[in-house]
Amino acid sequence: MMNKLKNFRWNHYINYIVIGILTAVFSVISLTGGHLSSSMLFLLEKIAISVILAVSLSLVVGFLGELSLGHAGFMCVGAYLGGKVSALLADSLGDGVLNLIISLVVGGCIAAVCGVIIGIPALRLRGDYLAIVTLAFGEIVKSLFQNTSDESFGGALGLETPRFDKQYLFIWAFLLVLLTLAVIQNLIRSSHGRAITAIRDNEIAARASGINVTKYKLLAFTVSAFFAGIAGVLYSFSNYTVQSAKFGYNYSIEILVMVVLGGMGSINGSIIAAALITFLNTKLATILTGDLAVLQNFFYALILIVIVVYNNAPALKNFRDRYNIQVLLHKISGLRKDPSRITDDRAKWDVVPTKIEMNEILSIDMKPQNTRADKPDKGNGGKR
Amino acid sequence: MELILSTLINGLSLGGIYAMIALGYTMVYGIAKMLNFAHGDIIMVGGYTIYVFMAFGNPVLAVAMAVFFCVLLGITVEKVAYKPLRGASPLAVLITAIGVSYLLQSLAQIVFGSANKMVMVYDFGSVSFLGVTLQMSAIVTLAVTVAVMAALTLFVKYTRLGRAMVAVSEDKGAAQLMGINVNGIITITFAIGSALAALAGLFYLLKAPSISSTLGAMPGIKAFTAAVIGGIGSIPGAMLGGILLGMVECISYKITAIAPYTDAIEFSILIIILLVRPTGFLGKKRREKV
Repeated sequence: MMNKLKNFRWNHYINYIVIGILTAVFSVISLTGGHLSSSMLFLLEKIAISVILAVSLSLVVGFLGELSLGHAGFMCVGAYLGGKVSALLADSLGDGVLNLIISLVVGGCIAAVCGVIIGIPALRLRGDYLAIVTLAFGEIVKSLFQNTSDESFGGALGLETPRFDKQYLFIWAFLLVLLTLAVIQNLIRSSHGRAITAIRDNEIAARASGINVTKYKLLAFTVSAFFAGIAGVLYSFSNYTVQSAKFGYNYSIEILVMVVLGGMGSINGSIIAAALITFLNTKLATILTGDLAVLQNFFYALILIVIVVYNNAPALKNFRDRYNIQVLLHKISGLRKDPSRITDDRAKWDVVPTKIEMNEILSIDMKPQNTRADKPDKGNGGKR
Repeated sequence: MELILSTLINGLSLGGIYAMIALGYTMVYGIAKMLNFAHGDIIMVGGYTIYVFMAFGNPVLAVAMAVFFCVLLGITVEKVAYKPLRGASPLAVLITAIGVSYLLQSLAQIVFGSANKMVMVYDFGSVSFLGVTLQMSAIVTLAVTVAVMAALTLFVKYTRLGRAMVAVSEDKGAAQLMGINVNGIITITFAIGSALAALAGLFYLLKAPSISSTLGAMPGIKAFTAAVIGGIGSIPGAMLGGILLGMVECISYKITAIAPYTDAIEFSILIIILLVRPTGFLGKKRREKV
């Protein structure tokens, strides 16, 4: 038993535990006394939606290494279709939990289908081209829903959705956050996830190693779109009305900022950044009104540029290695880095090693154990 | 007949504007291998500069200052935001470019407020041709675009600097070995692209004399679409793609049934073309080498 506890990898599950505890605390407060104000409930729902969006986008941007600028488009599909289904079901099923679940499944699945559709161009295109295709997709979706008739999807006025009990909705939202985490985190930690990161690091090498690039790219896009759709359905339940103008390019960028701010390829970072940005957005919206509201965007843009340049500039590499949060944490806690966890995460994404570099890499990894000290075999690597 | 002719001229002139912006995209993409998302917002900066300097009442001065400021801005952005990232992953560069675009938009909103500003640059009047009234500004736009395009093609083909640009876009390393100052060439490319963006800003103001901080965002994206349709990196391709997109937009606006879906139609064309021909109409296919 002790051994089991000792071997339990806390850092793998810490996010479930923290979110679970927070959810439990808030639900107890809400269900027993009902002391949570409606603005607080709304904020909690918004945070949950943002976290789902950020984690799902992180799968495509941080782990697959493709830039998607249409995440809000998937969310839009989920919000409209899920909202429509819930409105249709409201007569027969009422606006209870069953309605919510059916809407979530429908909205998520249709968004996932859109993910497959966008994933197909992703197989032929890379980088900038794919980014522009996803952006185009987002704009197309927005424009299509904007011009629907009043009876079908409400047109420019927006679609009205049933009113779910607010005291319970945020609990469902946080349960969905846990579900999203469970699916995406386990996907990333599985062999499928390693295949996805391999494609990010070097697509040609991944293909040469027998990874089915088509399958994994589609998988990442589909899963990501599914959860964006789920977030959309939650949004429609949380806001009572869905307007397509909300799901433009700017919203996609906002989600992207969360992922980049949290650190590409870091799920926990995305969660923290999503919660923080949503919280700040809501609080700042009450302080910065009128012409000041634009200051918010200004600082986001500035933060985005500074972080990306700092994290990626080749000239700053040594500086980054010496001073970063992980080094700081280790200094404070006095812990040494676990040598088994040290990985070379500075792999260049698009540079294939030259023959000489390859020899060097091999000479480090495959150095024979019993080489005599007086006969260094540098430059003769790999050959025994 | 009247409708067809006016739609044709309007489409050609709108296409000319797109082509002008697409040229900036295509040259920067060809040489720096990056999608400069902030390019559209340089149009907006050009527009605002014209608005500020029109206070002196001289359109020529205003346009000259717009070109000057945009070139300055383009070079600054390149030096501050993009140059440190040379050699980093393309994703990082792309996200930085989006950040710059956002920054310029919010900066313009802080300085000029969120309300639209009206600015009348110069009234070219209209002309009657075959019984059809045509806006003279549309014809001027088209003429200037064609002239610029021709000048640029000649520049790239026949001058030392232009040939150096082609060399850098073909192979950066080899160009450097031949004694070409690669960083200098990239800076010059950004300068030319920004000057073209300033002109595009002028044409937008001639078309509709109102300016806001998001003036450049949509045209920027559409012009990139045009550049991709024509084949990125190709100057005639940018012209072809721009005109095609402008025509599609104008025709679609004239047909009531599909008018609200114009944006959707344009972007669908982009997706279809990228799927069928990922390198665009006139783009060269390049194989990825290991």
